[in-house]
Amino acid sequence: MMLWQSVPFACILLALGSAAVTGVLRGRAARCWTLAVLGVETAASAVLAALVARSGTYYTYMMGHFPAPWGNELRVGLTEALLGCGFSLVMLLSLAGGLRDLEEDVSSGRHSLYYVMILLLQASLQAQIYTNDIFTGYVFAEIMTIAAAASIAVSDRGRNLLAATRYMIMNLIGSALFLLGVILLYDLTGHLLMSPLRNAVSALYAGGEYRIPMTVVPALIFVGLGVKSALFPFHTWVPDAYGCSTPASAAILSSLVSKGYIVLLIKIAVRVLGTDVIRGTGADDVIFGFGVAGMVMGSVLAIRQTDVRRMTAYSSVAQIGYIYMGMGLNTEAGITAALFHILAHAACKGMLFIALGTLADVSGGSSRFDALKGAGKRAPLAGAAFTVGALSMTGFPFLGGFPSKMNFVLAGLDYGGTHLWIVLAAVVVSTALNAVYFLRTVIALYGKPAEGGSLAVSEKNGFARAASLSCFMALNIGLGLAFHPVMEWLRQGLATLG
Amino acid sequence: MMLRNYEEIAAMVLFGIGFTLLLLNKNMIKKIIGFSLTDSAVFLFLGAKGYIAGRKAPIVTDGVTAAEAYINPIPAGLILTGIVVSVACSAVMLALTVRLYRRYHTLDIDEITARVRKENQ
Repeated sequence: MMLWQSVPFACILLALGSAAVTGVLRGRAARCWTLAVLGVETAASAVLAALVARSGTYYTYMMGHFPAPWGNELRVGLTEALLGCGFSLVMLLSLAGGLRDLEEDVSSGRHSLYYVMILLLQASLQAQIYTNDIFTGYVFAEIMTIAAAASIAVSDRGRNLLAATRYMIMNLIGSALFLLGVILLYDLTGHLLMSPLRNAVSALYAGGEYRIPMTVVPALIFVGLGVKSALFPFHTWVPDAYGCSTPASAAILSSLVSKGYIVLLIKIAVRVLGTDVIRGTGADDVIFGFGVAGMVMGSVLAIRQTDVRRMTAYSSVAQIGYIYMGMGLNTEAGITAALFHILAHAACKGMLFIALGTLADVSGGSSRFDALKGAGKRAPLAGAAFTVGALSMTGFPFLGGFPSKMNFVLAGLDYGGTHLWIVLAAVVVSTALNAVYFLRTVIALYGKPAEGGSLAVSEKNGFARAASLSCFMALNIGLGLAFHPVMEWLRQGLATLG
Repeated sequence: MMLRNYEEIAAMVLFGIGFTLLLLNKNMIKKIIGFSLTDSAVFLFLGAKGYIAGRKAPIVTDGVTAAEAYINPIPAGLILTGIVVSVACSAVMLALTVRLYRRYHTLDIDEITARVRKENQ
């Protein structure tokens, strides 16, 4: 056991421990401490990713002194290391970008508590990425739900409280179903660790025993995590939760929290159930159908919005649909495309929400479509960032969204049959709708301000926000240009994941 | 055989009741009760599945070390962990309900939604 192999465990423990300490610090100290922790974890995860890549394989990390079938484990491979690094970075940038708005949105005296929630989110994201135990996955999913609800309710306004309550209700429904699925799986197999579970599930499936429970379990787990990650028909909490919370919360919720559940779902699909069992139960076609419906309906709902933040929230529903569509193809190419989209969407949506926070600041605090006219000129950097994000989401070449869409189409080509035509039609329709609402907004940002609606307020541009937006833009352009090595990395990671 | 699985049947009935309350009831407190019922049902199910009639908890007091004399302690451990999670979630829901009640003086989530909508127009 080398020292660097403890990095994932240290990341989880550092974030959890800091969350306990931050609550008693004063606002400013808590802020510095949180940013430092996130910075250290990003750097450590990057080093870990490089070392895992050099070793070219994965390793399991024993927690406590009980070996595999009994104890708890972390598992670190190429996929996990890259996701861990990417998520820490987006978390750091989202928090740094939203610091200015936090001053106003969080009631005084509660600032240090907000950082507790951020650190809890970070710890539970890292734990969900690395854990090899489905019950640990469930526990951290619940911690994440509570922390996310608290980060919505941190602004003491009626609609924030309501949004947090609705978020909790939907998430509790999701976690009840997910928990039941996990418990049934444990009752059937007697295992909680993913690798022994996989063997037990394969044996049960090959023997043809427990056919009905083996169909019910994937259904419960999929619907449960689908509700929690805002898949289309279960997305009703999204617009309120993302639309009214402070920009940092909106960025973290949309780009990371919903993805944490998806990462857990992909791990369960690939590592526990296995692609063959999923194909045998027909769950993949159901996931595919939900994904396609989400891609189209999310965009249709987004077009009807008059508030740009709510529009961006609905756009998240569409992007989650893309990820589920890739998973529903249930092939190596499809799941790799889904994993890439998780990263591309995280880099993009975080930036959009942070930029919108700034643009709303220079438009009298409103993010309504009419109020934002001309805001791109009043806040040039945020305008540029929003434009980059909007173009990326629309699938403009050289930005993160383009290789993502290309991967989905290639995965569809690879699959062939009717699925190919459905993928092509869904991507084309969704892209066209994306272009309508995002480009309309970009044009409005640089258009003539409406009479009376324009406020010539200078941008209250903090250094942190400028740095965050610049890094986000660089990240998007980097993903768009260097998508090939990232895809290759994810493909290798997936090969060892199964 | 079906009729002997009393605990499992009770658990599924409770799950149904709790889930319906959580999903459909307008009253916040009843929603929280529904959530508690749902989770308790899952724990009852797990507890029932984890128990083998005639065996004891794995605490060696009389020198018997054969595994056949005891039940697996992990289901009980999972239930305890699950109860902690469930209590935490209920506490957060109750705290949010208190804050909503102080502001709107009602527990009806539909009415709160209508009032919030009116506030923001």
